[in-house]
Amino acid sequence: MMGRSKTIIEKIWEKHVVYQEQEKPDLLYIDLHLIHEVTSPQAFEGLRINKRKVRRPDLTFATMDHNVPTRNRDVIKDEISRKQMETLKENCQENNIPLADMFHPDQGIVHVIGPELGLTQPGKTIVCGDSHTSTHGAFGALAFGIGTSEVEHVLATQTIWQERPKTLNVHVEGDLGAGVTAKDLILAIIAKFGVRFGTGYVMEYTGEAIRNLSMEGRMTVCNMSIEAGARAGLISPDETTVEFLRGRVHVRKDEAFTTIAQDWLALATDDGAVYDKTVTIRGDEVEPQVTWGTNPGMCVPVSGTTPNLNDVEYKQDVERALHYMGLNENQPISSIHIDHVFIGSCTNSRLSDLRRAAEIVKGKHVHANVRAIVVPGSFSIKRQAEQEGLDKIFQDAGFEWREAGCSMCLAMNDDIVPPEGRCASTSNRNFEGRQGNGARTHLVSPEMAAAAAIEGHFVDVRNYAGVAL
Amino acid sequence: MKAIKNHTGLVYPLNRTNIDTDQIIPKQFLKRIERTGFGQFLFYHWRFDDEGNKRQDFSLNKERYQHASILVAGENFGCGSSREHAPWALLDYGFRVIIAPSFADIFYNNALKNGIILIKIEEEQVKQWLEEADIGNLSLSIDLEDQKIFEGNKEYHFQIPAYHKEKLLNGWDDIALTLLHEEKIEIYENSNN
Repeated sequence: MMGRSKTIIEKIWEKHVVYQEQEKPDLLYIDLHLIHEVTSPQAFEGLRINKRKVRRPDLTFATMDHNVPTRNRDVIKDEISRKQMETLKENCQENNIPLADMFHPDQGIVHVIGPELGLTQPGKTIVCGDSHTSTHGAFGALAFGIGTSEVEHVLATQTIWQERPKTLNVHVEGDLGAGVTAKDLILAIIAKFGVRFGTGYVMEYTGEAIRNLSMEGRMTVCNMSIEAGARAGLISPDETTVEFLRGRVHVRKDEAFTTIAQDWLALATDDGAVYDKTVTIRGDEVEPQVTWGTNPGMCVPVSGTTPNLNDVEYKQDVERALHYMGLNENQPISSIHIDHVFIGSCTNSRLSDLRRAAEIVKGKHVHANVRAIVVPGSFSIKRQAEQEGLDKIFQDAGFEWREAGCSMCLAMNDDIVPPEGRCASTSNRNFEGRQGNGARTHLVSPEMAAAAAIEGHFVDVRNYAGVAL
Repeated sequence: MKAIKNHTGLVYPLNRTNIDTDQIIPKQFLKRIERTGFGQFLFYHWRFDDEGNKRQDFSLNKERYQHASILVAGENFGCGSSREHAPWALLDYGFRVIIAPSFADIFYNNALKNGIILIKIEEEQVKQWLEEADIGNLSLSIDLEDQKIFEGNKEYHFQIPAYHKEKLLNGWDDIALTLLHEEKIEIYENSNN
C-alpha cells in the first residue's frame, strides 16, 4: 500500500533525522556545510578551546566572498579584513577543509558556487552561516542559514537541532508576462504577504510560473525566502533541475547520474500532500517591482507611487522609512532619480542575469549622474561572460566590470554607496545603511537596474525603447 | 554560556517594528574574529552620527536608560542577516532579556544560544510597556522557572518551549549534549553511505 502523500519538505526531513524525542527538536544530519570568512572564525576558535575536531571536512566547503575586494585583489588595504581571510585559510588548512580562496578559479559568492559546482543537489540538507542559504532550495534541497554557534555545532557534530517546521505553499497561478522576472515575482510576493509571513515555516513555491522559471530564476526566488521570514524556501525538482546539474563537477556521471536523477524526481511533493498553510498570487498580474522603503516588503510596481500615510498600518515606521529614503508620500516611482547602480549579489549575479542586463545597455550609455558596477557572482560566470563579450558591452556602456564577490550588496569591502547616495540594486536587502551608512537602496531586477542606469531614473522595462522582451 | 534563572531590570523601549540585524550591528563591525567587544557598536548608526558623536534624538542615549537591561521592541525583532554578532552586541551592551510580539527565526536561535531570554508577548501588552517605559521608569522582573513577568504587584505569564527553558536555566553547552548521541550519528552515517 502507498504511504500517505507528503511534501518534499517532510520527505527530506524524515530522511535526515538522526535522533528524536517527544516535544524536543529533532537532531538532523547535515549533508553539506558551506562556510565563509565572516561567520566562521569564532566557531573554529570554539572548537580549539574545547579541543574538538571537524567531524566531516569532506562535507564542508569554504570560500571567501563577503569581504573580498572586487578590484586590485593583491592589495587588501583593510587590515582586519585581511586578517579575517587569512584566518579562514589557516582554519581550512588545519582542518583539511577544501577552500576556494580569493584567487581560486572556482571562487565566488557561496550561494552561486555551490550550485555551479554541483555541490548543491536535490534532497540534501545544506547549512551556511548566512541567511541567504535559502537560495539552494531552488534545487529541492532543504537549505537554511545558521548563526556562528550553530556553525560550530555543525563542524563538531555534522548535525543540528531543529524544530520540525510548519509547511507553507506559496502558489503562483498563471505565468509571468514579458519583461517580468523572478525578482519581480519574489518582491511582489513579499510586498503582498509581508516580511514575516514565512516566520516559523519552510516555504515551497509551486505553480505554473515557478515551473517555467530557469534554475537561475528559481534561485532568485528561493534566495529571498528569508526576506519573507522563512529560513528556507524550496522548489520540487523536475527536468529543469536535472538538466542544470548534469555534468557538474561534484555530480555523479553516466549511469549513476540516471539513477540519482530518478531519486531526485521522486522527492517532488506528492499529489494531494497537505501544507499547514497556502497562499496564492497571480503570476500574470505581477509587474516590474521597485522597493521604496527600508525593508523588502516596502515595494510597489514601477507604475505605482510611494504610499499615502493615511493608508498604512505602522504609520510611524513608514514615515521613518520615507524620511530615511529622502522620499515623500504619494511620490511616483518613475520620478525617483538614482546615482548608483549595482548589478550583482547572490540574488542576481548569474550569467542569465548579466545577459539580460547587457541586452538592455547594449549600444547605450550610462546616464551622466550615475556610477554603475557589475559584479559577477563567481569567477566562472565572469569567464563565461567575457567569452560572450558581455564585459565589453557593459564597459562600452560605461559600467565598471569587477571580480566576483558579495560587494555592494552589503558593502563590507570598499564597494560602498555614499551617504544619501541612491542605488538601483539587484541585491536582496534595502535595510538602512546596508550599502553604506546613509545609503538609499531600491531593490529591482537586473533589467530594471540596467534601464535605470541608462535613464538615470526608474523606467518600466516593458516599454523600454529598442529592447525586444 | 552562562545560566540564567531570573532577571530584574529597567526597560528600554524601542518602538519600531522589523528591527533587522544590520541595525543591531552594522557590517563594518563584523570583521573581528572574536566573540567579545561588540557592545560598543550596538545600534551604531542610530546611536552615533557620522563623526561618532552621540545622537541626542536617539532614546538609548538618554541618561535614564543607561542601565537598562530589558529591551522591549516591536514585531519581527532580529530579522535579516544570520549574524550572531547581533546577540553578542546586545549581551555585551548589557541586555539580558528581550520582549517583543515576535522574533525572526535565526535571531531567536542565536540569542538563546547566548543565554538571552527572549519573551514573546501579545502586541497589546508590548505596546503598553513601550508606552510606560517611554513616559516613566519601568522595571520588570522575569522568573524563567515559573514563566512569569512581574510589574509591581501585577504578574503576567509567558510561553517558552520547555527545552529552551531548560537550556537557559542550566547554561548547557549544546555540542556537549549532542555528543552524548555520537553513536547515533555514526549509525546514521554508516547506513547512509
